[in-house]
Amino acid sequence: MELERPLPHPITPEARPYWDGAREGKLMIPRCTACGKAFLYPRVRCPFCASRDIEWIRASGRGRLHAFEIAHQILNRAFKVKTPVVLAMVELEEGPRLLTNLVNVEPDPARLRCDMPVEVVFEKQTEEITLPMFQPAGGAR
Amino acid sequence: MTDRARLRALSNSTCIVGVDESDELGTLPHKSQLTLHVEAIHNAVRDAGLKVADIDGVFTAGQHSPATIAEAIGVTPRYVDGTTVGGCSFIIMVGHAMVALHHGLCDVAVISHGESGRSGVGVTPRRDTALPGQWEAPYGFGGAPTYFGLITTRHMHEHGTTLEQWAQVAVSTRKWAALNPKAKNREPITVQDVLRSRPVVWPFNVLNICLVTDAGGAVVMTRAERARDCAKPPVYVRGAGEGAEHVALTQMRDLTTSQATRLSGDKAFAMAGVRPADFQHVMLYDAFTSGPPIMLESLGFCKPGEGVHFFEEGRATPGGTLPINTNGGGLSYTHTGMYGIFPIIESVRQLRGECGPRQVPGVRLSLVNGMGGMLSAAGTLVLANQT
Ligand SMILES: [Zn+2]
Repeated sequence: MELERPLPHPITPEARPYWDGAREGKLMIPRCTACGKAFLYPRVRCPFCASRDIEWIRASGRGRLHAFEIAHQILNRAFKVKTPVVLAMVELEEGPRLLTNLVNVEPDPARLRCDMPVEVVFEKQTEEITLPMFQPAGGAR
Repeated sequence: MTDRARLRALSNSTCIVGVDESDELGTLPHKSQLTLHVEAIHNAVRDAGLKVADIDGVFTAGQHSPATIAEAIGVTPRYVDGTTVGGCSFIIMVGHAMVALHHGLCDVAVISHGESGRSGVGVTPRRDTALPGQWEAPYGFGGAPTYFGLITTRHMHEHGTTLEQWAQVAVSTRKWAALNPKAKNREPITVQDVLRSRPVVWPFNVLNICLVTDAGGAVVMTRAERARDCAKPPVYVRGAGEGAEHVALTQMRDLTTSQATRLSGDKAFAMAGVRPADFQHVMLYDAFTSGPPIMLESLGFCKPGEGVHFFEEGRATPGGTLPINTNGGGLSYTHTGMYGIFPIIESVRQLRGECGPRQVPGVRLSLVNGMGGMLSAAGTLVLANQT
Protein backbone atom coordinates (compact mmCIF):
# COMPACT_ATOMS: atom_id res chain seq x y z
CA MET A 1 0.00 0.00 0.00
CA GLU A 2 1.28 3.44 -0.88
CA LEU A 3 1.91 5.64 2.12
CA GLU A 4 -0.02 8.91 2.34
CA ARG A 5 2.45 10.57 4.70
CA PRO A 6 6.15 10.68 5.52
CA LEU A 7 6.73 8.36 8.47
CA PRO A 8 8.42 9.73 11.59
CA HIS A 9 12.13 9.58 10.91
CA PRO A 10 14.48 9.11 12.56
CA ILE A 11 12.81 7.62 15.63
CA THR A 12 15.16 8.61 18.42
CA PRO A 13 15.94 6.07 21.18
CA GLU A 14 14.55 8.30 23.94
CA ALA A 15 11.19 8.48 22.11
CA ARG A 16 10.78 4.71 21.59
CA PRO A 17 8.11 4.27 24.35
CA TYR A 18 5.97 6.97 22.65
CA TRP A 19 5.90 5.08 19.33
CA ASP A 20 5.57 1.64 20.99
CA GLY A 21 2.57 3.01 22.89
CA ALA A 22 0.96 4.54 19.81
CA ARG A 23 1.16 1.16 18.04
CA GLU A 24 -0.97 -0.26 20.89
CA GLY A 25 -3.41 2.65 20.83
CA LYS A 26 -1.97 4.34 23.92
CA LEU A 27 -0.70 7.94 24.12
CA MET A 28 2.40 7.52 26.29
CA ILE A 29 4.24 10.62 27.57
CA PRO A 30 7.27 11.16 29.81
CA ARG A 31 6.76 12.65 33.28
CA CYS A 32 9.29 13.84 35.82
CA THR A 33 8.97 11.99 39.14
CA ALA A 34 10.68 14.88 40.99
CA CYS A 35 8.42 17.80 40.01
CA GLY A 36 5.51 15.79 38.59
CA LYS A 37 5.36 17.65 35.28
CA ALA A 38 4.83 15.82 32.01
CA PHE A 39 6.60 17.04 28.87
CA LEU A 40 7.07 16.47 25.16
CA TYR A 41 9.19 15.87 23.10
CA PRO A 42 10.80 13.04 25.11
CA ARG A 43 14.11 13.89 26.75
CA VAL A 44 16.30 12.13 29.33
CA ARG A 45 16.24 15.12 31.66
CA CYS A 46 13.28 17.17 32.92
CA PRO A 47 13.21 20.55 31.11
CA PHE A 48 11.49 22.14 34.13
CA CYS A 49 13.59 21.03 37.14
CA ALA A 50 16.66 19.27 35.67
CA SER A 51 15.86 15.92 37.33
CA ARG A 52 17.03 12.77 35.55
CA ASP A 53 14.22 10.65 37.08
CA ILE A 54 11.72 10.26 34.27
CA GLU A 55 8.80 7.82 34.09
CA TRP A 56 6.33 7.12 31.29
CA ILE A 57 2.60 7.51 31.88
CA ARG A 58 -0.44 6.93 29.72
CA ALA A 59 -2.04 10.28 28.90
CA SER A 60 -5.83 10.59 28.99
CA GLY A 61 -5.87 11.53 25.30
CA ARG A 62 -7.97 14.60 26.09
CA GLY A 63 -6.81 18.12 25.42
CA ARG A 64 -7.58 21.45 23.78
CA LEU A 65 -6.94 22.82 20.31
CA HIS A 66 -4.30 25.43 21.20
CA ALA A 67 -3.88 26.74 17.64
CA PHE A 68 -4.71 25.57 14.14
CA GLU A 69 -4.39 26.39 10.46
CA ILE A 70 -5.83 25.00 7.26
CA ALA A 71 -3.25 23.97 4.69
CA HIS A 72 -4.34 24.30 1.06
CA GLN A 73 -0.95 23.15 -0.16
CA ILE A 74 1.78 21.05 1.44
CA LEU A 75 5.44 21.56 0.52
CA ASN A 76 6.56 18.02 1.40
CA ARG A 77 5.88 15.84 -1.65
CA ALA A 78 5.80 12.72 0.53
CA PHE A 79 2.62 14.09 2.15
CA LYS A 80 -0.20 13.04 -0.16
CA VAL A 81 -3.29 13.48 2.02
CA LYS A 82 -5.89 15.43 0.05
CA THR A 83 -5.92 19.13 1.02
CA PRO A 84 -7.30 21.12 2.74
CA VAL A 85 -5.86 19.57 5.90
CA VAL A 86 -6.15 20.98 9.42
CA LEU A 87 -2.69 21.33 10.98
CA ALA A 88 -2.97 21.72 14.72
CA MET A 89 -1.16 22.32 17.98
CA VAL A 90 -2.90 20.45 20.79
CA GLU A 91 -2.31 21.06 24.47
CA LEU A 92 -2.85 17.83 26.41
CA GLU A 93 -4.73 17.79 29.70
CA GLU A 94 -1.40 16.76 31.32
CA GLY A 95 0.31 19.93 30.02
CA PRO A 96 2.55 19.13 27.05
CA ARG A 97 1.82 20.44 23.56
CA LEU A 98 2.26 18.54 20.31
CA LEU A 99 1.81 19.15 16.61
CA THR A 100 -0.77 16.95 14.90
CA ASN A 101 -3.73 16.95 12.52
CA LEU A 102 -7.31 17.61 13.51
CA VAL A 103 -9.39 14.96 11.72
CA ASN A 104 -13.04 14.02 11.37
CA VAL A 105 -13.92 17.69 11.10
CA GLU A 106 -14.75 20.06 8.25
CA PRO A 107 -11.68 22.15 7.35
CA ASP A 108 -13.60 25.40 7.75
CA PRO A 109 -12.27 28.21 9.96
CA ALA A 110 -15.83 29.14 10.92
CA ARG A 111 -16.32 25.72 12.55
CA LEU A 112 -13.04 25.60 14.46
CA ARG A 113 -11.89 27.65 17.40
CA CYS A 114 -8.83 27.71 19.61
CA ASP A 115 -9.31 25.98 22.98
CA MET A 116 -12.09 23.67 21.74
CA PRO A 117 -11.88 20.26 23.46
CA VAL A 118 -10.32 17.47 21.41
CA GLU A 119 -9.50 13.79 21.92
CA VAL A 120 -6.88 11.46 20.49
CA VAL A 121 -7.53 8.97 17.69
CA PHE A 122 -4.93 6.62 16.26
CA GLU A 123 -4.27 6.13 12.57
CA LYS A 124 -2.24 3.07 11.65
CA GLN A 125 0.30 3.73 8.90
CA THR A 126 2.36 0.51 8.87
CA GLU A 127 2.86 -2.53 11.15
CA GLU A 128 5.46 -0.44 13.00
CA ILE A 129 4.03 3.06 12.96
CA THR A 130 0.71 4.41 14.20
CA LEU A 131 0.23 8.19 14.36
CA PRO A 132 -1.75 9.89 17.12
CA MET A 133 -4.18 12.47 15.71
CA PHE A 134 -7.04 14.41 17.28
CA GLN A 135 -10.75 14.95 16.66
CA PRO A 136 -13.36 17.14 18.35
CA ALA A 137 -14.24 15.69 21.78
CA GLY A 138 -17.19 13.37 21.49
CA GLY A 139 -16.41 12.29 17.95
CA ALA A 140 -16.81 13.51 14.42
CA ARG A 141 -18.79 16.63 13.58
CA MET B 1 32.02 47.91 36.72
CA THR B 2 28.27 47.32 36.73
CA ASP B 3 26.53 45.28 34.05
CA ARG B 4 24.92 48.47 32.79
CA ALA B 5 28.26 50.26 32.58
CA ARG B 6 29.72 47.32 30.64
CA LEU B 7 26.87 47.58 28.13
CA ARG B 8 27.14 51.36 27.89
CA ALA B 9 30.90 51.13 27.17
CA LEU B 10 30.04 49.27 23.94
CA SER B 11 27.49 51.86 22.84
CA ASN B 12 28.71 54.04 19.94
CA SER B 13 32.15 52.35 20.04
CA THR B 14 31.71 50.90 16.54
CA CYS B 15 30.06 51.95 13.29
CA ILE B 16 28.58 50.56 10.14
CA VAL B 17 30.58 52.15 7.32
CA GLY B 18 29.52 50.19 4.24
CA VAL B 19 26.34 48.46 3.05
CA ASP B 20 25.09 47.09 -0.26
CA GLU B 21 23.26 44.31 -2.01
CA SER B 22 24.51 41.95 -4.72
CA ASP B 23 24.65 43.39 -8.27
CA GLU B 24 21.11 42.13 -8.91
CA LEU B 25 18.20 40.86 -6.79
CA GLY B 26 15.29 38.67 -7.85
CA THR B 27 15.34 35.50 -9.93
CA LEU B 28 19.00 34.81 -10.74
CA PRO B 29 19.50 31.31 -12.20
CA HIS B 30 22.82 32.48 -13.67
CA LYS B 31 24.43 33.12 -10.27
CA SER B 32 25.49 30.75 -7.51
CA GLN B 33 24.85 31.42 -3.86
CA LEU B 34 28.57 32.00 -3.28
CA THR B 35 28.66 34.60 -6.07
CA LEU B 36 25.85 36.50 -4.34
CA HIS B 37 28.08 36.73 -1.23
CA VAL B 38 31.10 37.85 -3.23
CA GLU B 39 29.19 40.56 -5.11
CA ALA B 40 27.61 41.92 -1.93
CA ILE B 41 30.96 42.10 -0.11
CA HIS B 42 32.64 43.74 -3.10
CA ASN B 43 29.89 46.38 -3.30
CA ALA B 44 29.67 47.06 0.46
CA VAL B 45 33.45 47.45 0.82
CA ARG B 46 33.41 49.92 -2.10
CA ASP B 47 30.56 51.79 -0.40
CA ALA B 48 32.80 52.14 2.67
CA GLY B 49 35.76 53.39 0.63
CA LEU B 50 37.84 50.46 1.91
CA LYS B 51 39.57 47.52 0.19
CA VAL B 52 38.60 43.85 0.50
CA ALA B 53 42.17 43.26 1.74
CA ASP B 54 41.36 45.43 4.80
CA ILE B 55 38.87 42.81 6.05
CA ASP B 56 40.18 40.80 9.00
CA GLY B 57 36.88 39.67 10.54
CA VAL B 58 34.41 37.54 8.57
CA PHE B 59 30.86 36.89 9.80
CA THR B 60 28.24 34.86 7.97
CA ALA B 61 25.28 32.56 8.62
CA GLY B 62 23.61 29.85 6.59
CA GLN B 63 25.08 27.14 4.42
CA HIS B 64 28.56 28.55 3.89
CA SER B 65 31.06 28.84 6.74
CA PRO B 66 32.94 32.11 7.28
CA ALA B 67 36.06 30.25 6.14
CA THR B 68 34.41 29.57 2.77
CA ILE B 69 33.52 33.23 2.40
CA ALA B 70 37.03 34.36 3.41
CA GLU B 71 38.55 31.97 0.88
CA ALA B 72 36.20 33.15 -1.87
CA ILE B 73 37.16 36.81 -1.37
CA GLY B 74 40.85 36.02 -0.84
CA VAL B 75 41.41 37.19 2.72
CA THR B 76 42.85 35.46 5.80
CA PRO B 77 40.72 36.63 8.73
CA ARG B 78 41.88 36.62 12.34
CA TYR B 79 38.28 36.54 13.57
CA VAL B 80 35.40 34.36 12.27
CA ASP B 81 31.80 33.87 13.39
CA GLY B 82 29.24 31.51 11.85
CA THR B 83 26.39 31.79 14.37
CA THR B 84 23.34 30.42 12.55
CA VAL B 85 20.06 30.83 14.42
CA GLY B 86 17.84 31.71 11.47
CA GLY B 87 17.27 34.84 9.42
CA CYS B 88 18.12 37.26 12.25
CA SER B 89 21.67 35.88 12.49
CA PHE B 90 23.08 38.85 10.55
CA ILE B 91 21.41 41.31 12.92
CA ILE B 92 22.86 39.40 15.88
CA MET B 93 26.27 39.45 14.17
CA VAL B 94 26.35 43.25 14.19
CA GLY B 95 26.44 42.87 17.98
CA HIS B 96 29.07 40.16 17.78
CA ALA B 97 31.21 42.27 15.44
CA MET B 98 30.75 45.25 17.78
CA VAL B 99 32.26 43.23 20.65
CA ALA B 100 35.11 41.82 18.55
CA LEU B 101 36.01 45.26 17.14
CA HIS B 102 35.69 46.99 20.52
CA HIS B 103 38.18 44.55 22.07
CA GLY B 104 40.60 44.74 19.14
CA LEU B 105 40.05 41.14 18.00
CA CYS B 106 39.65 42.48 14.47
CA ASP B 107 39.72 45.92 12.82
CA VAL B 108 37.41 45.67 9.80
CA ALA B 109 34.49 43.25 9.98
CA VAL B 110 32.26 42.14 7.13
CA ILE B 111 28.89 40.48 7.72
CA SER B 112 27.84 38.69 4.57
CA HIS B 113 24.68 37.05 3.25
CA GLY B 114 24.07 35.28 -0.04
CA GLU B 115 21.18 32.98 -0.75
CA SER B 116 19.90 31.44 -3.95
CA GLY B 117 16.55 30.97 -2.27
CA ARG B 118 14.48 30.95 -5.45
CA SER B 119 16.75 29.35 -8.04
CA GLY B 120 18.72 27.04 -5.75
CA VAL B 121 22.04 27.51 -7.60
CA GLY B 122 25.00 26.11 -5.64
CA VAL B 123 22.99 25.27 -2.52
CA THR B 124 23.02 22.18 -0.30
CA PRO B 125 19.62 20.42 -0.32
CA ARG B 126 17.72 20.72 2.94
CA ARG B 127 17.29 17.59 5.08
CA ASP B 128 14.99 16.95 7.98
CA THR B 129 16.76 16.79 11.29
CA ALA B 130 15.67 14.41 14.05
CA LEU B 131 13.03 16.54 15.75
CA PRO B 132 11.01 17.90 12.79
CA GLY B 133 11.35 14.57 10.97
CA GLN B 134 9.89 12.72 13.91
CA TRP B 135 7.30 15.12 15.35
CA GLU B 136 6.24 17.48 12.55
CA ALA B 137 6.70 16.15 8.99
CA PRO B 138 4.23 13.22 9.35
CA TYR B 139 1.45 15.78 9.87
CA GLY B 140 2.28 17.98 6.89
CA PHE B 141 4.33 20.60 8.76
CA GLY B 142 7.31 21.94 6.83
CA GLY B 143 7.97 25.39 5.40
CA ALA B 144 7.57 28.53 7.47
CA PRO B 145 3.86 29.26 6.75
CA THR B 146 2.80 25.99 8.41
CA TYR B 147 4.32 27.18 11.68
CA PHE B 148 3.69 30.93 11.68
CA GLY B 149 0.01 30.27 10.92
CA LEU B 150 -0.34 28.71 14.38
CA ILE B 151 1.13 31.81 16.05
CA THR B 152 -1.28 33.91 14.03
CA THR B 153 -4.52 32.02 14.78
CA ARG B 154 -3.65 31.98 18.48
CA HIS B 155 -3.11 35.77 18.34
CA MET B 156 -6.50 36.19 16.63
CA HIS B 157 -8.11 34.06 19.36
CA GLU B 158 -6.51 35.93 22.28
CA HIS B 159 -6.61 39.49 20.93
CA GLY B 160 -9.41 39.52 18.35
CA THR B 161 -7.07 40.52 15.53
CA THR B 162 -8.53 39.98 12.06
CA LEU B 163 -7.58 38.94 8.54
CA GLU B 164 -8.28 42.54 7.42
CA GLN B 165 -5.77 43.87 9.96
CA TRP B 166 -3.02 41.49 8.81
CA ALA B 167 -3.81 42.52 5.21
CA GLN B 168 -3.18 46.18 6.16
CA VAL B 169 0.46 45.26 6.85
CA ALA B 170 0.86 44.00 3.28
CA VAL B 171 -0.85 47.10 1.86
CA SER B 172 1.33 49.49 3.89
CA THR B 173 4.53 47.67 2.99
CA ARG B 174 3.63 47.66 -0.71
CA LYS B 175 3.26 51.46 -0.60
CA TRP B 176 6.90 51.66 0.47
CA ALA B 177 7.95 49.13 -2.20
CA ALA B 178 6.38 51.38 -4.86
CA LEU B 179 9.02 53.99 -3.88
CA ASN B 180 11.99 51.58 -4.03
CA PRO B 181 13.32 50.84 -7.54
CA LYS B 182 15.01 47.67 -6.23
CA ALA B 183 11.73 46.20 -4.92
CA LYS B 184 10.37 43.17 -6.79
CA ASN B 185 6.63 43.92 -6.46
CA ARG B 186 5.74 47.62 -6.77
CA GLU B 187 2.16 47.85 -8.05
CA PRO B 188 -0.32 49.02 -5.37
CA ILE B 189 -2.57 46.48 -3.63
CA THR B 190 -5.71 46.77 -1.49
CA VAL B 191 -6.95 44.87 1.54
CA GLN B 192 -9.42 43.12 -0.79
CA ASP B 193 -6.54 42.04 -3.08
CA VAL B 194 -4.84 40.40 -0.11
CA LEU B 195 -8.04 38.72 1.09
CA ARG B 196 -8.81 37.42 -2.43
CA SER B 197 -5.29 36.21 -3.27
CA ARG B 198 -4.52 32.49 -3.51
CA PRO B 199 -5.01 30.60 -0.22
CA VAL B 200 -1.84 28.89 1.03
CA VAL B 201 -2.24 28.05 4.72
CA TRP B 202 -5.24 29.74 6.32
CA PRO B 203 -5.01 32.39 7.81
CA PHE B 204 -2.44 33.23 5.10
CA ASN B 205 -3.07 33.91 1.44
CA VAL B 206 -0.11 34.33 -0.86
CA LEU B 207 -0.02 38.14 -0.31
CA ASN B 208 0.39 37.57 3.45
CA ILE B 209 3.65 35.72 2.82
CA CYS B 210 7.10 37.04 1.88
CA LEU B 211 8.70 36.68 -1.53
CA VAL B 212 11.25 33.98 -2.32
CA THR B 213 14.20 35.51 -4.17
CA ASP B 214 17.90 35.22 -4.92
CA ALA B 215 20.10 37.98 -3.48
CA GLY B 216 23.08 38.88 -1.37
CA GLY B 217 23.79 41.67 1.08
CA ALA B 218 26.77 42.77 3.15
CA VAL B 219 27.56 45.16 6.00
CA VAL B 220 31.05 46.51 6.81
CA MET B 221 31.96 47.69 10.33
CA THR B 222 34.91 49.26 12.06
CA ARG B 223 35.67 51.18 15.26
CA ALA B 224 34.32 54.70 15.52
CA GLU B 225 37.69 56.47 15.23
CA ARG B 226 38.47 54.75 11.92
CA ALA B 227 34.89 55.13 10.69
CA ARG B 228 35.31 58.92 10.43
CA ASP B 229 37.87 58.37 7.63
CA CYS B 230 35.56 56.18 5.53
CA ALA B 231 33.75 57.33 2.38
CA LYS B 232 30.27 57.82 3.83
CA PRO B 233 29.01 59.32 7.11
CA PRO B 234 29.30 56.68 9.86
CA VAL B 235 26.23 55.00 11.35
CA TYR B 236 26.80 54.30 15.04
CA VAL B 237 25.81 51.03 16.66
CA ARG B 238 24.29 52.57 19.75
CA GLY B 239 22.73 49.34 21.04
CA ALA B 240 22.62 45.66 20.16
CA GLY B 241 20.85 42.72 21.77
CA GLU B 242 19.96 39.13 21.06
CA GLY B 243 17.95 36.27 22.52
CA ALA B 244 16.81 32.71 21.83
CA GLU B 245 13.83 30.96 23.33
CA HIS B 246 12.95 27.77 21.42
CA VAL B 247 13.17 26.03 18.07
CA ALA B 248 10.16 23.67 18.08
CA LEU B 249 7.02 25.81 18.23
CA THR B 250 5.52 23.47 20.85
CA GLN B 251 8.22 24.71 23.23
CA MET B 252 7.37 28.43 22.89
CA ARG B 253 5.83 29.44 26.22
CA ASP B 254 3.33 31.94 24.86
CA LEU B 255 2.70 31.79 21.10
CA THR B 256 1.70 35.45 20.93
CA THR B 257 4.64 37.00 22.84
CA SER B 258 8.23 36.35 21.79
CA GLN B 259 10.60 36.10 24.76
CA ALA B 260 13.56 36.16 22.37
CA THR B 261 12.33 39.42 20.83
CA ARG B 262 11.67 40.98 24.23
CA LEU B 263 15.11 40.00 25.56
CA SER B 264 16.90 41.30 22.47
CA GLY B 265 15.04 44.60 22.63
CA ASP B 266 15.53 45.11 26.37
CA LYS B 267 19.29 44.61 26.03
CA ALA B 268 19.65 46.84 22.95
CA PHE B 269 17.56 49.63 24.53
CA ALA B 270 19.53 49.43 27.81
CA MET B 271 22.86 49.64 25.96
CA ALA B 272 21.65 52.59 23.92
CA GLY B 273 19.81 54.32 26.76
CA VAL B 274 16.65 54.74 24.64
CA ARG B 275 12.95 53.84 24.74
CA PRO B 276 10.60 52.77 21.90
CA ALA B 277 9.16 56.30 21.69
CA ASP B 278 12.60 57.67 20.70
CA PHE B 279 12.72 56.09 17.21
CA GLN B 280 11.83 57.88 13.95
CA HIS B 281 12.22 54.76 11.77
CA VAL B 282 11.70 51.03 12.26
CA MET B 283 12.70 47.93 10.29
CA LEU B 284 11.04 44.62 11.27
CA TYR B 285 11.47 41.15 9.80
CA ASP B 286 8.29 40.62 7.78
CA ALA B 287 8.24 37.02 6.60
CA PHE B 288 4.46 37.15 7.30
CA THR B 289 2.03 40.02 7.70
CA SER B 290 1.39 39.07 11.33
CA GLY B 291 5.09 39.26 12.22
CA PRO B 292 5.68 43.04 12.51
CA PRO B 293 2.65 43.72 14.76
CA ILE B 294 3.65 40.89 17.12
CA MET B 295 7.25 42.17 17.16
CA LEU B 296 6.09 45.70 18.05
CA GLU B 297 4.12 44.20 20.96
CA SER B 298 7.02 42.04 22.19
CA LEU B 299 9.43 45.01 21.94
CA GLY B 300 7.16 47.18 24.08
CA PHE B 301 6.02 49.67 21.41
CA CYS B 302 2.41 48.94 22.39
CA LYS B 303 0.24 46.61 24.42
CA PRO B 304 -0.41 43.02 23.28
CA GLY B 305 -2.97 43.04 20.46
CA GLU B 306 -2.31 46.67 19.46
CA GLY B 307 0.55 46.23 16.98
CA VAL B 308 -1.87 46.16 14.05
CA HIS B 309 -2.96 49.74 14.85
CA PHE B 310 0.38 51.09 13.52
CA PHE B 311 -0.61 49.80 10.08
CA GLU B 312 -4.37 50.32 9.97
CA GLU B 313 -4.03 53.90 11.26
CA GLY B 314 -1.35 54.71 8.66
CA ARG B 315 1.38 55.50 11.17
CA ALA B 316 3.71 52.96 9.48
CA THR B 317 2.97 54.02 5.89
CA PRO B 318 4.61 56.76 3.75
CA GLY B 319 3.93 60.11 5.43
CA GLY B 320 3.10 58.41 8.76
CA THR B 321 4.57 59.24 12.16
CA LEU B 322 6.56 55.99 12.51
CA PRO B 323 7.58 54.63 9.09
CA ILE B 324 8.04 50.84 9.16
CA ASN B 325 9.77 48.64 6.54
CA THR B 326 10.57 51.46 4.16
CA ASN B 327 12.43 49.22 1.68
CA GLY B 328 9.21 47.35 0.89
CA GLY B 329 10.13 44.53 3.24
CA GLY B 330 10.34 40.81 2.76
CA LEU B 331 6.74 41.06 1.59
CA SER B 332 7.46 43.19 -1.51
CA TYR B 333 11.18 44.08 -1.90
CA THR B 334 13.18 40.87 -1.48
CA HIS B 335 13.28 37.80 0.77
CA THR B 336 15.89 35.15 0.13
CA GLY B 337 15.15 32.89 3.09
CA MET B 338 17.43 34.52 5.68
CA TYR B 339 16.29 38.13 5.24
CA GLY B 340 18.08 39.76 8.20
CA ILE B 341 20.88 41.56 6.35
CA PHE B 342 18.44 43.64 4.28
CA PRO B 343 16.69 45.59 7.07
CA ILE B 344 20.15 46.62 8.33
CA ILE B 345 21.08 47.93 4.88
CA GLU B 346 17.84 49.97 4.67
CA SER B 347 18.26 51.38 8.16
CA VAL B 348 21.79 52.59 7.32
CA ARG B 349 20.61 54.17 4.04
CA GLN B 350 17.79 55.99 5.83
CA LEU B 351 20.19 57.30 8.50
CA ARG B 352 22.52 58.55 5.74
CA GLY B 353 19.65 60.22 3.87
CA GLU B 354 20.22 58.19 0.69
CA CYS B 355 16.68 56.95 0.07
CA GLY B 356 15.32 59.43 -2.50
CA PRO B 357 11.51 59.35 -2.78
CA ARG B 358 11.15 56.99 0.19
CA GLN B 359 13.50 58.97 2.46
CA VAL B 360 12.00 59.53 5.91
CA PRO B 361 12.71 63.14 6.91
CA GLY B 362 14.74 63.75 10.07
CA VAL B 363 15.74 60.18 10.93
CA ARG B 364 18.24 60.24 13.79
CA LEU B 365 17.50 56.90 15.48
CA SER B 366 16.48 53.73 13.67
CA LEU B 367 15.45 50.35 15.05
CA VAL B 368 16.24 47.02 13.37
CA ASN B 369 14.58 43.91 14.77
CA GLY B 370 14.49 40.47 13.26
CA MET B 371 13.51 36.94 14.10
CA GLY B 372 15.16 33.60 13.46
CA GLY B 373 12.89 30.65 12.86
CA MET B 374 9.38 31.23 14.22
CA LEU B 375 10.14 34.06 16.69
CA SER B 376 12.63 31.51 18.05
CA ALA B 377 15.71 33.71 18.15
CA ALA B 378 15.88 37.48 17.73
CA GLY B 379 18.27 40.34 17.24
CA THR B 380 17.71 44.05 17.85
CA LEU B 381 19.86 47.02 16.83
CA VAL B 382 19.65 50.67 17.75
CA LEU B 383 21.40 52.62 14.97
CA ALA B 384 22.08 56.35 14.95
CA ASN B 385 23.72 58.93 12.68
CA GLN B 386 25.28 60.85 15.57
CA THR B 387 26.81 59.84 18.92
ZN1 LIG C 1 10.97 17.99 36.84
